[in-house]
Amino acid sequence: MPQLPGWIANWPAYRQLTGRDRLGRGEAVRSPHTEAAAPRTQAADRVVSSICPYCAVGCGQRVYVASAGGRDAVTQIEGDPDSPVSRGRLCPKGAASKQLVTQPGRLTKVAYRRPYGTAWEQLSLDQAMDMIADRVIATRRDTWQEHHGGQRVARTLGIASLGGATLDNEENYLIKKLWTALGAIQIENQARI
Amino acid sequence: MAECHPVAFQWVVEAKARGATVIHVDPRFTRTSALADLHVPTRAGGDIVFLGALINHVLSGGHEFTEYVRAYTNAADILPAEFTDAEDGGGLFSGYDPDTRTYDNSSWQPTGERDETLQHPRCVFQVLKRHFSRYTPDLVEQVCGIGPAEFGRVADAVVAASGREKTTAWVYAVGWTQHSTGVQHIRTASILQMLLGNMGRPGGGILALRGHANIQGATDVPTLFHLLGGYLPMPGPGEDMATYLARIPDGGFWGNKRKYLVSMLKAWFGDAATADNDFCFGYLPRISGDHGTYRTTLDMIDGKVKGFFLLGENPAVGSAGGRLQRLALANLDWLVVKDLTMIESASFWQDSPEVAGGELVTERIGTEVFLLPAAAHVEKDGSFTNTQRLLQWHAKALDPPGDARSDLAFMYDLGNRIRARLAGSDDPADRPVLDLTWDYPEEPGGDPSAEAVLAELNGYAADGSPLASSAQLADDGSTRCGSWIHAGCFAGGVNQTARRTPWQEQDHVALEWGWAWPANRRILYNRASADPDGRPWSEAKAYVWWDEQAREWTGLDVPDFEKAKPPDYLPPPGATGPAALSGRDPFIMQADGKAAIFVARGLQDGPLPAHFEAAESPLRNRVYRQDASPVSIQYAGRRQTRDQVAGHDATYPFVVTTYRLTEHHTAGGMSRTLSRLAELQPELFCEVSPELAAERGLENGGWATIITARAAIEARVLVTRRLRPVRIPGEGVIHQVGLPYHFGSEGLVTGDSVNDLLPLVLDPNVFIQESKVATCDIRPGRRPTGAARMQLVNSYRHRAGLADEEPQPGS
Repeated sequence: MPQLPGWIANWPAYRQLTGRDRLGRGEAVRSPHTEAAAPRTQAADRVVSSICPYCAVGCGQRVYVASAGGRDAVTQIEGDPDSPVSRGRLCPKGAASKQLVTQPGRLTKVAYRRPYGTAWEQLSLDQAMDMIADRVIATRRDTWQEHHGGQRVARTLGIASLGGATLDNEENYLIKKLWTALGAIQIENQARI
Repeated sequence: MAECHPVAFQWVVEAKARGATVIHVDPRFTRTSALADLHVPTRAGGDIVFLGALINHVLSGGHEFTEYVRAYTNAADILPAEFTDAEDGGGLFSGYDPDTRTYDNSSWQPTGERDETLQHPRCVFQVLKRHFSRYTPDLVEQVCGIGPAEFGRVADAVVAASGREKTTAWVYAVGWTQHSTGVQHIRTASILQMLLGNMGRPGGGILALRGHANIQGATDVPTLFHLLGGYLPMPGPGEDMATYLARIPDGGFWGNKRKYLVSMLKAWFGDAATADNDFCFGYLPRISGDHGTYRTTLDMIDGKVKGFFLLGENPAVGSAGGRLQRLALANLDWLVVKDLTMIESASFWQDSPEVAGGELVTERIGTEVFLLPAAAHVEKDGSFTNTQRLLQWHAKALDPPGDARSDLAFMYDLGNRIRARLAGSDDPADRPVLDLTWDYPEEPGGDPSAEAVLAELNGYAADGSPLASSAQLADDGSTRCGSWIHAGCFAGGVNQTARRTPWQEQDHVALEWGWAWPANRRILYNRASADPDGRPWSEAKAYVWWDEQAREWTGLDVPDFEKAKPPDYLPPPGATGPAALSGRDPFIMQADGKAAIFVARGLQDGPLPAHFEAAESPLRNRVYRQDASPVSIQYAGRRQTRDQVAGHDATYPFVVTTYRLTEHHTAGGMSRTLSRLAELQPELFCEVSPELAAERGLENGGWATIITARAAIEARVLVTRRLRPVRIPGEGVIHQVGLPYHFGSEGLVTGDSVNDLLPLVLDPNVFIQESKVATCDIRPGRRPTGAARMQLVNSYRHRAGLADEEPQPGS
């Protein structure tokens, strides 16, 4: 029997028809690529306990992180099988949450649009923070309301905040604490919506 | 639930496998319906009639859990003769003022007498019976389009699965709250559950499936205008500490309100807070009425709000009335947006529909925008509170990229910069900021320690040790506690929210996974799982009980009751606070320790639920003279949002209702940007029945334009039997159009924003928008672009007799 060209001999359909794996669920469909493949979780340098950031079920997550060249990267996010809430399961959103972290669309720099501007400009984080702090102080002074209807209110209605419902408890706490001390009361959250 | 909370739905499927009956009541047939024993399609907004008829079924058939109702609810309370029920007041309870559209609740206050036989004609039980007597299966058919046979199957199943041996749970997604009568929807379900003895017991309750990782936490901590930590109210104009405290009902554990407040003020203002200055109570700003997010939107359009922070939130897509939201953003002096990706609320000045239509011109929008990159959940430490009040810690796995930072680091840094600028100020208005405790330990890199913030929420005893429970709080300034309901989450100096004992290594209550407020209790009011004498109502439903030998409450959960208070405890004369509650009163946050079937205080729209149609509805109200809630909020004034509501006008003959998809998240900022999810749900679509498609010439896979009194949007048509026409005797057929609301102009997949269609009509108790029912027209084809889009909206408005939408200032 003449030797078959490699592409036929290695063709899974040929191997399935002529080999022992007639159902094509084992050796017939394995390739060098298959043999070399390993779960992304295997290469992780550490596994960190987390919670899914989407809905309020609060499924447990395990975050797999690999370090290379001094840079950390999330290699996979899996459901945490220990969780009594989720027992290891994740829905499509939770299962995609690695991409939430690694997606190319992530913002990494401050963008600035000046009044009446037509394009985004760049700004350093430090400069942006200074400008924001200046505006808070000025707006607060300009809109301060010590009394309303003859009664003391000690507040500003000139500054408002609306937070998403993926903010942590600790973040919400600092938001409420700082704004209340500054006298801003229109401090709201997706929880109202 | 299978669509929006799929992982939680595993427990429903498991319960079904063990014999539970699963009923799904929803306008749409979804994957939940596919796995339920019974799907009951209904008309959106008929909920109070449906639930009210179940209450009527229970009461008229004598199916209530009598011992539970007598002992644990306020059914025996006798109401004053001045109280008039909505049934006798033509849809209005006593105390209504038509000029202010508000209620004075003084005639709702119980007399203080009780009739334990529940026979007194003015006792709550009898009033309730009469109130719901017209809520019959016939009415359910007329309002919801659910036939009597179908309704009967639900009623029988609910009754059969309640009582000593069994419990029924009601599970809702928060669309149930997004109605002008949203709070009363939940109230109606809770009345039913109280009558059936399904509260405070395993397998019972009314379970909210919140849509976001930390909606619950944002409410508890809170970032809501009307609250301080742990559900203390914000102070009002001119209030001093004494008048403020006097305003808070002081029954049950609210009797400790001064301890909660003083400890919070000490956590915030440290040594500056002393008994002599009322612990800096005067530092707190005062609210005067509604400062909710929608009121604030209108105040932006009116130029009253100058600066706005959006932290992980996208109102241009996610809030009702998208056009008003964007006009508001365009009228600010400055805007700070912090998010993972570009969102529509940051880019509105470039690509909003209003810019496309010429209503806004980029070069004339004065809003200065700062767009700051945010950290993802794995890039920061912190806790989420899930929908069962369970705090779970997520640990930081790596640093955020570039300039991205957590909102914790952002707020801390902003506070530091502001405090540095104000240092040395002698303006008394700056004292609160300068006296604020703001000295958190820093992690490497300068971020504040999230655990230190959690420890502040937990609080510290006089000796500086972390509190183990709120029972340690004092009102003399010796204890500090950021939020009394969180006391114990850092007990022993250990982050209890980070506990992760595997479920296989503990019982099903799993008390060693995370930490639930308050005191790690998993079911609230669980004293009610035992009878008045402290014995479980049945072996099958044993959960928490009185151990006579040990003289304490014990069980599978942390008892939601004073541990050593015996069932036969009777309060001595003159007792106050918790001591005033007997050993048989499980509802310990209520002044009388009883579950409130009748709510005398705290609700703006009545002490009992009554059915009103949505502000926009194709149907008139079949139950009362008023069509819509007489106290729902529709803002008047220069921004006449009231004029944006079409009422019952036949120009908009169909119902539009909105929902979420498994593959997307709210306004899309966390899903439309992910290729995996974008690929699974790439396009906005509308679900219509084959009958509506035939009536309007809509083609499956083609385009449709949906028009309301606010906006016109386009969507791909999905003709499906999942959305059945509602048949109302005497009215014919009512069509409902279903729309997922995740789309906008940014991200990998884009589409029109469905929330643009919705009016600003709010529930008067909580200021949440009515987004599950509005009226619309639908027609084949794509919508016009540019200015023609708003002209189409206005042509419909003319036909409906509504004034033209005028161009807005600031444009």
